Amino acid sequence: MKSEIISLQEVTFTYTEEEKNIRPAVDNVSFTIYEGEWVAIVGHNGSGKSTLARLMNGLLFPQKGTVRIFGETLNEQNLWETRSQMGMVFQNPDNQFVGATVQDDVAFALENNGIPFEEMVERVQQSIEKVNMSSFMNSEPHHLSGGQKQRVAIAGAIALQPRILLLDEATSMLDPQGREEVLSIVRKLREETDLTVISITHDLEEALLADRIIMMNQGEKYAVGSPEEIFLRGQELVDLGLDLPFAMNVSRLLRDQGIELVAEHMSEEELVNDLWTSHFNK
Amino acid sequence: MLEKMIFGRYIPGDSFIHRLDARAKLIFVFLFIAIVFIANSWITYGVLFVFTFLIIRMSKIRLYFLINGLKPVVILIIFTFLLHLIFTKEGSIIFEWKFIKIYEEGLRQGIFISIRFFVLVILTSILTLTTTPISITDALEALLNPLKKWKLPVHELALMMSISLRFIPTLMDETDKIMKAQMARGSDMTSGSIKERMNAIVPLLIPLFVSAFKRAEDLATAMEVRGYKGGEGRTRYRKLEWATRDTVILLTLVVLAVILLYFRQ
Repeated sequence: MKSEIISLQEVTFTYTEEEKNIRPAVDNVSFTIYEGEWVAIVGHNGSGKSTLARLMNGLLFPQKGTVRIFGETLNEQNLWETRSQMGMVFQNPDNQFVGATVQDDVAFALENNGIPFEEMVERVQQSIEKVNMSSFMNSEPHHLSGGQKQRVAIAGAIALQPRILLLDEATSMLDPQGREEVLSIVRKLREETDLTVISITHDLEEALLADRIIMMNQGEKYAVGSPEEIFLRGQELVDLGLDLPFAMNVSRLLRDQGIELVAEHMSEEELVNDLWTSHFNK
Repeated sequence: MLEKMIFGRYIPGDSFIHRLDARAKLIFVFLFIAIVFIANSWITYGVLFVFTFLIIRMSKIRLYFLINGLKPVVILIIFTFLLHLIFTKEGSIIFEWKFIKIYEEGLRQGIFISIRFFVLVILTSILTLTTTPISITDALEALLNPLKKWKLPVHELALMMSISLRFIPTLMDETDKIMKAQMARGSDMTSGSIKERMNAIVPLLIPLFVSAFKRAEDLATAMEVRGYKGGEGRTRYRKLEWATRDTVILLTLVVLAVILLYFRQ
């Protein structure tokens, strides 16, 4: 078993502590994420998944329970050290672009952490190459598409060579093409390094890419499991306000029409394979 | 209209002026503003005029483009010229028509002030046209750095400036979007009395402010996550490098000042 990298124990967080009748945004949640894993945290709006992200990098501290990162309890003292080991990409591509140009923005986290100039230039170059943005080094943010801006945000996040990449709804404001760009970069990064990826999303297509899914509902941990296990719940997911992946939807509708198919399909490929061979199986 | 304006715009290029250190350019412009006031005769103003044209040549910015972009200023210059022409009453009368009397001194003053105005506007425009806003910010930070001793938050000011500059296009896009959205709902911003038009701006400004605050909050979070904790212990990705050419350009100013002082009356 790989070593633990993030561990939440009985974490509870309420935004308005004074008012007792409001349910906590995160309610008694515990889970452990291991090094090198890709974990998706899914849930509809208000399920507490973004609050979880903020708890994991010390933007918020829990009222009850502990957040342990790299084996240490997150507190005011090790906060900055922890953050430098954890890259984070947010939802809105425009609102996280600090620098005037692509390379300035990628350098921002390096500048903050006092990396010497020569090393900085090298790392900026490398990070931009990793996200395939080398030809946009000097571009200004308003000349980039949403997907390109998110790729720059990833470059900025990985420039410090963190052990964890935290994606907080990073693809939800992008068009399908932009989303594909961003996800393929994340996949590539995972192949090249031992990066732990935590993606917070309400898009189950994106969650399919993960090794493990943590489902949140009303601030509580609803289910944990591999994508296969989670998607077997079918209708339950729809009731919780999540969109099923396209292939799964088609497969369900086909079965409703009385067309015999082997099982649930999660990817388009599986569905197509089942469809074109279904005639032979009769 | 905004596309034609050249104030604060940067035109990429690789001329001698483009390659100068932004600090040198800033110092140059400030000193030049002071030196311009030495001039007080035909020869000295002539020298200034020629000097300015040499700088324009060196920046490789097309003269037509420059003048065209500065049209609003040219109108202002003509207006100042006319004011001086009409209201200065010294020297001999060189032209008289009904109640308008034009004096020799008026013509002289008018031309001098116009040249002064013109060279100042041209040179400051060349500064912004040939320097990226980010370099200007960096240069300002470097030049103001000694003031840190007196507790002036130089780093914070420079960061504020560069973030504002970075968000101008974003907010412009946003304004455009909100304007179209309000127009689609039947708001009319282009006709009516001044008061009506002012009122039509309110539903434009409020959503803009709300979204700007939202952006600011998001940006602050993103900066914190990326380890921003003030200017202490920060390294810099952009380095300003002072080269020989920067010293040379400042020396030409000294030469200019000496020439002007010599020919001064």
